[in-house]
Amino acid sequence: MTEKKNTQLKILFSVIALLVCAGILYYVNHYTRPTFMLRTVMQLGAIYALVAVSMNLLNGFTGLFSLGQAGFMAIGAYTFAIFTIPAKSRPGVYYLYGVADWLSNLQVPVWAGLVLAGLVAAILAALIGAPVLRLKSDYFAIATLGFAEIVRIIVGSSPMNRITNGSLGLKMIPKFSNFYYPFIVVGICIFIISLLIRSSYGRAFKAIREDEIAAEAMGINLAKHKQLSFIISSFFAGISGALMGMYLGAITSTTFNITLTYNILLIVVIGGMGSVTGSIISSFLVIASREWWLRFLDMETYIGSFKVPLLKSGFRMVVFSVILMIVVLFFRQGIMGTREFNWNFILKRLGKKKNTGGEGCE
Amino acid sequence: MSNILEIKNLVVSYGGIEAVKGIQMAVPEGEIVTLIGANGAGKSTTLKSISGLVKPKQASILYKGKEIVGQSPDFIVSQGITLVPEGRRVFPNLTVMENLKIGAYLRKDSLKDDLEYVFTLFPRLREREWQMAGTLSGGEQQMLAVGRALMSRPKVIMMDEPSLGLAPLVVKDIFNIIQTINKEGITVLLIEQNANMALKIAHKAYVIETGTITMEGTGAELLANEKIKQAYLGKTK
Repeated sequence: MTEKKNTQLKILFSVIALLVCAGILYYVNHYTRPTFMLRTVMQLGAIYALVAVSMNLLNGFTGLFSLGQAGFMAIGAYTFAIFTIPAKSRPGVYYLYGVADWLSNLQVPVWAGLVLAGLVAAILAALIGAPVLRLKSDYFAIATLGFAEIVRIIVGSSPMNRITNGSLGLKMIPKFSNFYYPFIVVGICIFIISLLIRSSYGRAFKAIREDEIAAEAMGINLAKHKQLSFIISSFFAGISGALMGMYLGAITSTTFNITLTYNILLIVVIGGMGSVTGSIISSFLVIASREWWLRFLDMETYIGSFKVPLLKSGFRMVVFSVILMIVVLFFRQGIMGTREFNWNFILKRLGKKKNTGGEGCE
Repeated sequence: MSNILEIKNLVVSYGGIEAVKGIQMAVPEGEIVTLIGANGAGKSTTLKSISGLVKPKQASILYKGKEIVGQSPDFIVSQGITLVPEGRRVFPNLTVMENLKIGAYLRKDSLKDDLEYVFTLFPRLREREWQMAGTLSGGEQQMLAVGRALMSRPKVIMMDEPSLGLAPLVVKDIFNIIQTINKEGITVLLIEQNANMALKIAHKAYVIETGTITMEGTGAELLANEKIKQAYLGKTK
C-alpha cells in the first residue's frame, strides 16, 4: 500500500522536476538577453555533462581509468564537421588546400551526423580497445592519453589537409537549430546510459570495478565487458564532441588538447566517481564557475588605486587545480560519491517531518 | 556413484616453478570432497585450474565426462561449476542484493526462487539486503560469498578456505551450511587448512604436499591416521 503510494509520489515528483527543468529552459530562452552568461553555461554545461557521464561510465563504473576522452571527442567533432558542413560553404572552408573530391558534395542531415560521430568514435575504440584494455590501471591511463594525443596530432597534420583542413581547422559547422537542441540530445544520451547502468550489464561493470578476480569467478567475461564499456563510453564521447563542434561553430585540433580531458576529469571527480547525477550536477557547477562566477579571478582588479594581487589572466585555472587537489585530499567521494540522487531520500525526510508533526498535534 | 569431476595429471607452473606437479583426483557426484594441505601446497591453484582462472601447463579435467581444460571461466560457470574464492571477495561497494544478482549473471530466467532459497539459508542476508557488502562482518561476508555462488545454480561448488579469518563459532555455522547445501544434492569440493573440521564432514579426502597428492581416503580414515594427526591436527602422542 505505502510502497505503491511511494512509487506514485516518485513518478509525480519526477514529472514535476522535468516540468520545472523545461520551464527554466523556456524562461531562459524567452526572457533573457541572447548574450546572457546563463545561456552559455547551460548549453556548455549540458555538453560537458554528457562527456562527463560517458567518462564516468568507464572510470567510475567499470574502474578503467581512461584519459582518452578528448581524443574521442575530437574524432566525433571532426566526423560531424566533415559530414555536415554545407556543400556550398566547403570551398570557403577549405580555401587554402582545397577539398578532397569525395568530400566536396557530401552532406548529411545533422541528426545523422551526430550518429556518425558516435559510430566512428566507437569503431576506433573497438580497434584500439583490444590491445589497450589488456593493460592494467596506470598503463591503461597512459596508453589512452597517448591515443588522444595521436588523434589530435593526426587530424592537425598536413597529409590530412584536404580532409580535416590541417592546422587551420574547420568552420561553418551547423549551429544548434534552436536553444533546446543540445538539452534534448544530451537528455536522450544520458537516459540511455542510465538504463545501461541499471541493467545487468551495469551490474557486471560495477563488479569488475570492485574485484576483477571475483567477477571472473562469477562468470563475467572480463575482456568482453571492458571492451563494451570502452566502446559505449567512446560512442557518447564522440556525440558530445560533435555537440561541442556545433556549439563552437569552428574547431581546430587544439580545441581537444589534454586540458580538455583534465577538465572533464575534474568534473567527474568533483561529482563523484560512480554517480551519474553527481557528474551532471558538478558539470553545471564547474562550467558556471569557470565561465561565469570565477571570471573575476582572471581580471586585473583595482580597489581605489590598490591593485589586488594575483588576479590576472590564467589565475582562474590555478584556483581550479587547487580545488581539484582539495577535493581529492579531503572529499574523495566528491559531491555524490557512488550514490545517485533519488526521491527515496526526500520522501523519508518528508515522512519523518510528518510523523513528528503528528505527534506535536496530539 | 559416478565421478562428476575427474582431474588427471594436472600440472601448473607459475613462471617456470611448478606449483602443482601432476595430481590425480576424483570427485564423486553428491559428496563432500576435501583437499587439505599446508600453505603453498597447491590447493588454491588446483581450484583455480578447474574454474579456468589459471591455465594449466598440462591436464585433463573431465566434468561429467567432458573435457573442460582450456575453456573460459564464464563457460565453466555456465556449465555448473562455481568457485567461492579465497578471502570471500564480495563486492564491497555493492549492496547484498546486487552481489547476489551478479552471482546469477549468466542466467536469464527468474531469480525469485533462488533469492528466496539463499535468504532461507542465510536469514541474516535478508535483513541486510540493502546494506553495502563491505559493511558486513567477516562471517556475513562469507555467507554472502556462498550465497552469491549458489545463485548460479551450481552442480559443483568449490570453496577455497571458507573458514579463513573467522571466529570458531562462525566457522561451525559455515560448516553446517556446507552440509545443508550438500544434502540438497550439490557436490562440494572444499579446500581447508582447518583439517579437523574439513575431515569431519568430508566423505572423501585428499592430502596435498608441495604439489603432489600424498594420501587419500575417506574423511574418517584420514582423521584416524597417525601421520595426519601429527602433521595437520596438531596432536602428538
